[in-house]
Amino acid sequence: MLDQTKGSYKKRTGLKINPAKTCQPIGAMYAALGIHKCLPHSHGSQGCCSYHRMHLTRHYRDPIVASTSSFTEGACVFGGKSNLKKGLENVFHIYNPDVVAVNTTCLSETIGDDVGEIIKATDVPEGKTVIYANTPSYVGSHVTGFSNMCKAMVTHLAEKKEGKKAKGVNILPGYVEPSDMMEIKRMATLLKIPFTMFPDTSGVVATPNTGNYEMYPEGGTPIKEIKKSGNALGTIALGEFSSKDAAYELEKKCDVPATILKEPIGIKATDEFIMKMLELNGGIIPKELEFERGQLVDVMVDVHNHYHGKKVALFGDPDILIAMTEFVIDLGMVPTLVLSGTPGKAFVKAIQDLFDAAKLDDSIVLGEEDLFSFHQIIKENPVDLIIGNSYGKYIAREEQIPLVRMGWPILDRVGHSYFPVVGYKGGLRIIEKITTALLDKYDATCPEEDFELVM
Amino acid sequence: MRSKTISTKARENQIMVNQQSRQQSIVCDTHSVSGVVSQRACVYCGARVVLNPITDAAHIVHGPIGCASYTWDIRGSLSSDSERYRMSFSTDLREKDIIFGGEKKLAMAIDEIVENENPKVIFIYATCVVGVIGDDVKAVAKHAEQKYGIRVIPVNSSGFSGSKKDGYKAACHAILELMGPEKAKEKIPHSLNFLGDFNLAGEAWIVKNYLETIGLTLNTVITGDASCASLKKAKESVLNVVQCAGSMTFLAKHMEQRYDIPFEHIRFLGIKDTIRSLRKIVFTIGNQEHIERFENMIKDKEREYTPKIEAYKHRLVGKKVAIYVGGGFKAISLIEQFNELGIETVLVGTQTGSQDEYNQFKQLTSEGTVILDDANPTELEYFMKQTKADILVGGVKERPLAYKMGVAFLDHNHERKHPLCGFEGAYNFAKEVDLTVNSPVWSIVKQGGIYHE
Repeated sequence: MLDQTKGSYKKRTGLKINPAKTCQPIGAMYAALGIHKCLPHSHGSQGCCSYHRMHLTRHYRDPIVASTSSFTEGACVFGGKSNLKKGLENVFHIYNPDVVAVNTTCLSETIGDDVGEIIKATDVPEGKTVIYANTPSYVGSHVTGFSNMCKAMVTHLAEKKEGKKAKGVNILPGYVEPSDMMEIKRMATLLKIPFTMFPDTSGVVATPNTGNYEMYPEGGTPIKEIKKSGNALGTIALGEFSSKDAAYELEKKCDVPATILKEPIGIKATDEFIMKMLELNGGIIPKELEFERGQLVDVMVDVHNHYHGKKVALFGDPDILIAMTEFVIDLGMVPTLVLSGTPGKAFVKAIQDLFDAAKLDDSIVLGEEDLFSFHQIIKENPVDLIIGNSYGKYIAREEQIPLVRMGWPILDRVGHSYFPVVGYKGGLRIIEKITTALLDKYDATCPEEDFELVM
Repeated sequence: MRSKTISTKARENQIMVNQQSRQQSIVCDTHSVSGVVSQRACVYCGARVVLNPITDAAHIVHGPIGCASYTWDIRGSLSSDSERYRMSFSTDLREKDIIFGGEKKLAMAIDEIVENENPKVIFIYATCVVGVIGDDVKAVAKHAEQKYGIRVIPVNSSGFSGSKKDGYKAACHAILELMGPEKAKEKIPHSLNFLGDFNLAGEAWIVKNYLETIGLTLNTVITGDASCASLKKAKESVLNVVQCAGSMTFLAKHMEQRYDIPFEHIRFLGIKDTIRSLRKIVFTIGNQEHIERFENMIKDKEREYTPKIEAYKHRLVGKKVAIYVGGGFKAISLIEQFNELGIETVLVGTQTGSQDEYNQFKQLTSEGTVILDDANPTELEYFMKQTKADILVGGVKERPLAYKMGVAFLDHNHERKHPLCGFEGAYNFAKEVDLTVNSPVWSIVKQGGIYHE
């Protein structure tokens, strides 16, 4: 498919070819699934909702349910008010969720529906909650949508109970896999720190098979937990792009101090996460985590010769890329190209700072770019490894470069829902994947005399 | 028998239980109820799936990035030549384009695609927001046609402006636009076009092979493995055969009016349908020699495939199937194909089926079969349990639902990996049904937890 691509990269201004991002509403939908008994509702054409559910289903391989306002020509002329009102009534009547999380779309934003006003004018059954986020598809990317929905959780749900002693830590996990959310919770539990994490999709989109379909699985952060977040000692926001806005909103609304950290991917970022947790709450580093860290370091030592000096190109979402770039530099790899489809100067600066610190003068970082450009640059400067989501497979195949699947979406492999990339355990898995990818390629292509049993 | 909580009043007329002794009808072809978890898509989706297999065209999605992202290479249509259709092209509209209009960006995108790809034909899909901000896509397209001397064809596919079916129509209009108004100067003898096959897993090639063996010319497939040149040549055929009726009857009618090409409905899913369809074609445009070759080919194929399929049959007889697919034609074929394997259809529904197709469901299925239009997961779950289905046939969104319930699943959609048409397809079909329904995994699911005796 990509055999016609030529290696002369030139920035385009009108055309995106093979995107490295998608639109806001899907990120909002994913975040909303991380609230217990929540039904996401897409205020737009039914195609949007159908596409988002389809894409999420392909990635998580679990049933993804969301409702839609099913816009018609009439709704576009007269506004989507009656669609949303009627829609919410139907949703509570038929599906009986505890919460409905409404996200807007490019259509409802452009015609100017005031979703907040419409919800106010709707009879929401007693004990039920409706929250909403503005998620115009023409601003930011799916990561922005995730961030906006997380912020909406704070805006609509968080409360500060005056006179109550601040307790525990809030963790915003960011746009990561259910497996990563599980791992973050496990680490917090080992630290013996009371915490509230939201959203939490781990028990919602990675559920066990029991022979029964549960429309609302046991997982997801309960509403009352999110409400409580207003009385925490502090908030740790993991991933600036997906979690910062919610953390600052909570600081503004309830005076809960916010700390923005990298996603805890790799050894440094995981250390920072743990130290910050202890700093906020007090406590000691548990033996288990020290042990896991030691194992990670041990494996890094065992196989460092296999990846040291190898060139790697990474693409995907800013928060994952920032943490991953730091980690591959720590492993001694050379990230020659880091590219995101998501717009944002902060991303380019963060990566450039990492390049500068490591004296990587020839490395390139690009924001708001696409995978056609990624391919062109790789053609000009070949690499040993690509790290990115499933869409990297076309380039990997064309250039015969191994691909380590990481990020979102992964549509052609399993594992991401169950094995984390965050924490020391996640670091181990990343090293396993990188080493295996490099050595598998070597074994498949090296001359007979170099083919060895022990490596 | 209906549980009140599974549906709204507004949905009641879209669900029926087959009672052979009674006159029954279902309400279909309506817009989905707001707030219901519909499995349906939009106008753009309809247009995109129909035009996507045109291999050498550049398909530009004019709108914010999502509509392009979600449709990037998701259809397993195969190509014998260009792979351009598998690339994703989009204008990725941003906020300032929404405010000031997206026409300039679209014109730039066309310039850049011509520079990079040099295509002969560009389709421009208008998405929801383009319909609202009022971009004059036609004017931009016309200007580009003059500038580059290529065809630039707008597809009127704003998501909200109807249903997926309206998207099929928009696609058909775009194809007609490419074919042009004038009639063919000459006709190719014994030739036909195959409408409504998308060459998923190479299915159109199987049919092509049959027709060539018989001595007939398959001129153009619309749109599986079609090129811009092959579409322009389609008017030279003497017959159109239509498989996916929902998407292509509209085009067939217009081609009949414009180019005097009559059309017939056919289906190549299942052996009975394949033979019936080939016979219809051969008797319409063939001569005695063609008929003889057809009879011989059928004998050979039946000799080859009947025992192969029979070998699976005893493993499948008595199972029960639930079918939930996009269009009615496919559902009808599936009911018959399952019948051939001794599997009873206990539930059948579609996203966009017509009244006529629902009547056929009633005739083809037996007492008690549940018939649904535009179903949602809750209804599917409820009725699958009630009818004790062993296997569900559906698309992407239905797969994990079935799996969670411990029910086998057959993909009869864009993601199928093996051809399911003709004799080869009938064999693959039996093989795939067996592969899933007789997997040992279902017995582990049924244990319902840690095994103890």
